[in-house]
Amino acid sequence: MTNEECKKAVLDIIADIAPDEDLSNVKPDVRLRDQLQLDSMDFLDIVMELRKRHGIEVPEADYTRLASLDSCAEYLTPKFNALAAKS
Amino acid sequence: MNSGAQYDVAIIGAGLSGLAAGIRLAHFGKRVCIFERHNAVGGLNGFYSLGGRKYDVGLHAVTNFVPSGVKGTPLGKILRQLRIDRDEFALCPQKGSRVAFGPDGGRVLRFTNDFALLESEVASHFPREAAGFQRIARFVRESPLSGGPAGASARAFVRESISDPLLEDMLLCPLMFYGSAREDDMDLGQFAIMFRALYLEGFARPLEGVRVMMRVLLEKYREAGGERRMKCGVRSIVVRDGRAAALVLDSGEEIVASQVLSSIGITETGALMGRPPSGARTLGYVETISVLDRQPAELGWGDDTIVFFNDSDRFTYRDPVGQVDPRSGIICFPNNFEYGPGRGLAEGFFRVTCLANYESWAGLPEDGYRDCKARWFGAIQESAKRFLPRLSPEDALARATVATDMFTPTTVEKFTGHFRGAIYGAPDKNPGGTTLLSNLYLCGTDQGMLGIVGSMLSGISMANQHILRAPVAVA
Repeated sequence: MTNEECKKAVLDIIADIAPDEDLSNVKPDVRLRDQLQLDSMDFLDIVMELRKRHGIEVPEADYTRLASLDSCAEYLTPKFNALAAKS
Repeated sequence: MNSGAQYDVAIIGAGLSGLAAGIRLAHFGKRVCIFERHNAVGGLNGFYSLGGRKYDVGLHAVTNFVPSGVKGTPLGKILRQLRIDRDEFALCPQKGSRVAFGPDGGRVLRFTNDFALLESEVASHFPREAAGFQRIARFVRESPLSGGPAGASARAFVRESISDPLLEDMLLCPLMFYGSAREDDMDLGQFAIMFRALYLEGFARPLEGVRVMMRVLLEKYREAGGERRMKCGVRSIVVRDGRAAALVLDSGEEIVASQVLSSIGITETGALMGRPPSGARTLGYVETISVLDRQPAELGWGDDTIVFFNDSDRFTYRDPVGQVDPRSGIICFPNNFEYGPGRGLAEGFFRVTCLANYESWAGLPEDGYRDCKARWFGAIQESAKRFLPRLSPEDALARATVATDMFTPTTVEKFTGHFRGAIYGAPDKNPGGTTLLSNLYLCGTDQGMLGIVGSMLSGISMANQHILRAPVAVA
């Protein structure tokens, strides 16, 4: 998986948990909560969806790594790839 | 965690908060079961059928209504967190409501779902108070959706900005009637929640009432894999080592769950552990319901959605000395929402709600209870009619009435299990939801959020904070 595909996977999740948000212009280097109405509960949903859909576990200590799309990609892409390599 | 546990989470009570918490937890893969003593879901916002007609128990209007596209609101939050599409709740906005004070209802503040109307009403009827009113609105806008810390007095706060006691009472009256568990005052946090819910946001209703919302919640809960056991009350909580070690059901069966969420109230939950009731004064209500053979507007009553009335110099919000305090109350016409062209309730409904004293209803023998109901039914309606356009002929209401029903605090206690029929629970709320037991949490009325949307938000936030553990600040 590439960084771009990873960002797409995260955006797909956000589209489902926040259907009322416009996601067409999300800036990858800006914190998600600074450009979208997402609170800590919504981040919890992102974490849950990552586990449910992709089998990726994000421990609480790492939640800050999900701040922006860029940081998501940096943190999650290796996890996606590690899972793909295992299967 | 607990190797013998049958469930990760047991929820006591299948009202709005319990169901919302259940959906949330089941979504996150928790093994969750809701235990409900009644045979129907809904709790204080239940529904029933009588004589072939459908009635709502609590719902006058869903507060906190905002149209699609308004962000950062309680309604938006619950829709998101429960994965509910706005259209599923099918909420239709109110036509318009008013506060009517004075012996003939001559002092009026109208309000709708557009806050600008209330602003202009205050500015034109209380010109010297307009700036103070704006200050209050600003405070509420800046308050957290959860209302903030408990304890402060809303009246004291309002008096800092408003000097006319009439306006103070007129603004507080709807907020207290729709959500104060305290006599003659409100907790400031509750005030902020209710001011937002009623004035900044507004009223709506699904055409078919609260059962529409209940159906949606049940469907989501089932889809997410949640279990539900009806007619299956929790008789006691077994306490061991500072934990809720097990729940004993009415049948005697024991249930072990790692965590327990109780939506039944602070005192009611304490009673499951053998604690005596706190003796706190709670507030009860009576409601009269008349079913009409025509729309209220056709009878000559116009199209008010809700009317909050008071005939006296000051607005008294106390446990009445007699059985009922008919001086003030709430009139609700469920017909008067914008259901859309060609859609509406086939029959008219006229509901009037007043404060009532629990003890004076609870101690009555059956025929005495029936007589009191009959007597108060008429008195309450007569009181309310003073605040509506006069009907002609005089007996037009009686002629149009095809069915009636009435509930008292004892009815509420019987069907919801809330002690003394307290609709808004204990006077002192527990916003944190924690208890003396490390794995027992509260949600619902006594956690502090009120109304249909508030109840759901309560269940969601308690599930998030205590069981799913949303970090306080993330990213």
